[in-house]
Amino acid sequence: MPLRRLLFLLPAAAFAGLLGYFVAALLNAERRDPSELPSAMLDQPAPDFALEGLGDKPGFARGDLAGQVVLVNFFASWCLPCKAEHPLLTRLAAAAGVPLYGVDYKDKPADAERFLGQYGSPFRAVGVDPGGRLGIDFGITGVPETFLIDKSGKIRFHRAQPLTPEAIDKEILPLIRALQQS
Amino acid sequence: MIAELGHFALALALMLALVQSVAPLIGAQRGHPGLMALGGGTAIAQFALVALAFAALAHAYVTSDFSLATVAENSHSTKPLLYKITGVWGNHEGSMVLWVLILTLFGAAVAWFGTALPPDLRARVLSVQGMIGAAFLAFILFTSNPFLRLSPAPPDGQGMNPVLQDIGLAIHPPFLYLGYVGFSVAFAFAVAALIEGRVDAAWARWVRPWTLAAWCALTVGIALGSWWAYYTLGWGGWWYWDPVENASFMPWLVGTALLHSAVVVEKRDALKTWTILLAILTFALSLVGTFLVRSGVLISVHAFAVDPARGAFILVLLAVAIGAPLILYAIRAPGFQGGGIFAPISREGALILNNLLLTVAASTVFFGTLWPLFLDAMGGGKLSVGFPFFNWTFVPLMVPLLLAIPLGPLLGWKRGDLLSAMQRLSVAAGAALVAAIAVAAVASPAHALATAGLALAAWIGAGSLAEWAERVQLLRLPLPTTLARARQLPRSAYGMTLAHLGVAVTVAGIAASAWEQERIEIMHPGESLAIAGYEARLDKVEPVEGPNYTADRATFRVTRDGALVATMRPERRLFTVQRMPTTFTAIHSDLLSDFYLVLGEGDGKGGWTVRIYQKPLVPWIWLGCMAMALGGLVSLSDRRWRVGSAVRSRRAAAAAPGD
Amino acid sequence: MRALLGLLLAAWTASAALAVEPGERLDDPALEARARAISAELRCLVCQNQSLDDSNAELAHDLRVLIRERLKAGDSDEQVRQYLVRRYGDFILLKPPLQPDTYLLWFGPFALLLLGAAGVALYLRRRGRAAETPPAPLTPEERRKLAKLLAEDR
Repeated sequence: MPLRRLLFLLPAAAFAGLLGYFVAALLNAERRDPSELPSAMLDQPAPDFALEGLGDKPGFARGDLAGQVVLVNFFASWCLPCKAEHPLLTRLAAAAGVPLYGVDYKDKPADAERFLGQYGSPFRAVGVDPGGRLGIDFGITGVPETFLIDKSGKIRFHRAQPLTPEAIDKEILPLIRALQQS
Repeated sequence: MIAELGHFALALALMLALVQSVAPLIGAQRGHPGLMALGGGTAIAQFALVALAFAALAHAYVTSDFSLATVAENSHSTKPLLYKITGVWGNHEGSMVLWVLILTLFGAAVAWFGTALPPDLRARVLSVQGMIGAAFLAFILFTSNPFLRLSPAPPDGQGMNPVLQDIGLAIHPPFLYLGYVGFSVAFAFAVAALIEGRVDAAWARWVRPWTLAAWCALTVGIALGSWWAYYTLGWGGWWYWDPVENASFMPWLVGTALLHSAVVVEKRDALKTWTILLAILTFALSLVGTFLVRSGVLISVHAFAVDPARGAFILVLLAVAIGAPLILYAIRAPGFQGGGIFAPISREGALILNNLLLTVAASTVFFGTLWPLFLDAMGGGKLSVGFPFFNWTFVPLMVPLLLAIPLGPLLGWKRGDLLSAMQRLSVAAGAALVAAIAVAAVASPAHALATAGLALAAWIGAGSLAEWAERVQLLRLPLPTTLARARQLPRSAYGMTLAHLGVAVTVAGIAASAWEQERIEIMHPGESLAIAGYEARLDKVEPVEGPNYTADRATFRVTRDGALVATMRPERRLFTVQRMPTTFTAIHSDLLSDFYLVLGEGDGKGGWTVRIYQKPLVPWIWLGCMAMALGGLVSLSDRRWRVGSAVRSRRAAAAAPGD
Repeated sequence: MRALLGLLLAAWTASAALAVEPGERLDDPALEARARAISAELRCLVCQNQSLDDSNAELAHDLRVLIRERLKAGDSDEQVRQYLVRRYGDFILLKPPLQPDTYLLWFGPFALLLLGAAGVALYLRRRGRAAETPPAPLTPEERRKLAKLLAEDR
């Protein structure tokens, strides 16, 4: 019976399908790093917050970000990749043409001040998040992480790794330009 | 110099493997005895060469030859000798050599012990083994060469991770590989049968011992891995449905189905196409598992793609090694004549049920493990498939299977009487009921599932014993007769009973984990904690120095009703190499339960966080697995598997062609 | 009775430090039990394959504390989970949510079982039918042939 013969073909057919998936997975991996977590916060409004500043400098609150495209970077003085990322961050702040705000995550304010004093501060303002709560509200899993928020206060970009020149030139800067125009 | 010898040996082995793939196959197709016999010689020679290569690699590790890249990456001069040796397979390249070593060992064993096989079957089997060997040797030589030199050689190695210097971790890969790779023999037999176009009872009799041996080894390997995780990870879990664990579990599930299915082919000449398919699938899952785990596909496809050449090679290897047999199956299998007829309710029917449930269970694990990967590949975002999924899908599938264990052996071949079987199991059912009531009386209703699990274990255990009692007519015939019958029972019968009892023991151990108790407290020296009828008194916490670490060691005195049960010393070590503190658990086991102590952080003021567990019946989980493996070994020792001797004497008597 | 074999298995291997810390625990045992159950089914996002309950990572600690705060504030179990999913996505759930794009995953096993069972049933029925079909009765032609043969035999 032909049906019977077809049934015997089933395992081979199923395996072919499986192989197809593996090939797709391999190709997908070459396109994009699959170990990175897709951000759940994309297109969601940024959480409401009001942060104290470092020392006697003022912090910032969500209201301060309204109506403009802004970059928000989570960092800490104890974080080595943050140190490595710092020059790129400075370059980004200069090239972006939009304000860059910093959040000091689970850090001691004195250490953060020393860090910024030593390496320079590209931030318009720095807020402290000593308990890490704001970080959780933004959905971060560590530092450094960088966000781009649009004029209406929605998160439009979330990078959970340190910045790279490619990320800045190919993803962030073009997106900033696009968001500026809307 | 020795490393170069090893490298050369591998290359020679590859040549031989290629010869072995082709020559015997042609010999079998053309009926050329010389070419067919060539397979045996090449198989043995191949094993010798790979053994030489392995020895060369081991030599490099033992003498700390850091001019070899793998040795430099994975070893260190101050490593104890034992771990230098086990470190040979503690990395990708070395473990692949171990893989091929075991493959060629099995090939040589088939060549050596299979002289009584029909020469064309033997030739085809060795040819398939040769093909697999060739593929893996090529993989090693072209993408994962362990003999690559570093110039200049570093003064010392980087492999000083003390976490990996553990005996459980060290010996579990060889057992796993004996299992995974052992299934290649059943695979080779299956492909040979497809090429030949014939499956008969003799084929099944040949397949069974090899499959049993592989299955035993895999059972031990998985149990060791689980036990290692239990005493290592510090919170007493023993199965996480982690992709790595699942990769070893899937071949075991399908391998168990294969084992049982082969019985039907042998006894009733039926279920042939099922058994062939299972033989192909078991090894296919071994292959997929081996590669998925070491390529990092499961955790992140990124690792697979780090070396696109390696990833592509693996994929092509999988495609050919699994795809070709499956296509061959589609073409040839429909032609196999179905054998004995049987009613749905019969031992054959029960074994079909067994096949079905185990195969679906394996697919469930497969789906759950690979779903996140596939979803991500299709751009569908990231999802986690963790233990809740497996508990909700796998466990319900296993329950009917476990219920059927005592029933199957009591059903007759061809046509079974279910009612009669159930009547004969009435004692077992009674035992299960008594167990359920006894436990429910003292346990809380929240643990209803666990209570049911214990009752299930009682059912399986008592049922297996009831079947044995039935066979020897215990209490129905005078004792001497019973004993005589017991002595005459074939070993495979005892093997089955023992293995099924092992299942009961493991199920009981798993069910009882619902009743484990935990206490996490901050303790000061002199304080006591009560848990599950025990009292654990923290005597002191003192700093100790080890060869490459400093540690805080706590001394606990554990008593029960005032009598000392054990003195336990959990530690919290800070290795000079790593900076993370690592805790070393202290476990006291009396084989009926485990008392599990972990020392956490100190608060600097004399208080220490302590975590204490009392885990009833947890040792039974691994004891049951060992019983299963032992049952398999007992079955293996059954004289009837020494087909060689029987056929040889028959050959001496009459010049009849081998069946 | 208990100490049948007083084996002292001092098991030496590395493990992380403890997970749930005494300081994190809530006083209310019912709430604490809920917190433990919820964190057991949530993934530690910075670990290989552990739950929040099992992990000693800092983020896991922070999230465990957060879970307890939400429970104290009166959230239901599902609300706590959704709170975290909103921030971290479905990935943080160890139990994949039951929604249209996971129907295949959740129902697949049982669908497969039913399909397999149906296949087996069909297979058994076909074999049974083949065995039980009696041979067709003899045609008149065949009967005459048979009679002739039997006559010859005498």
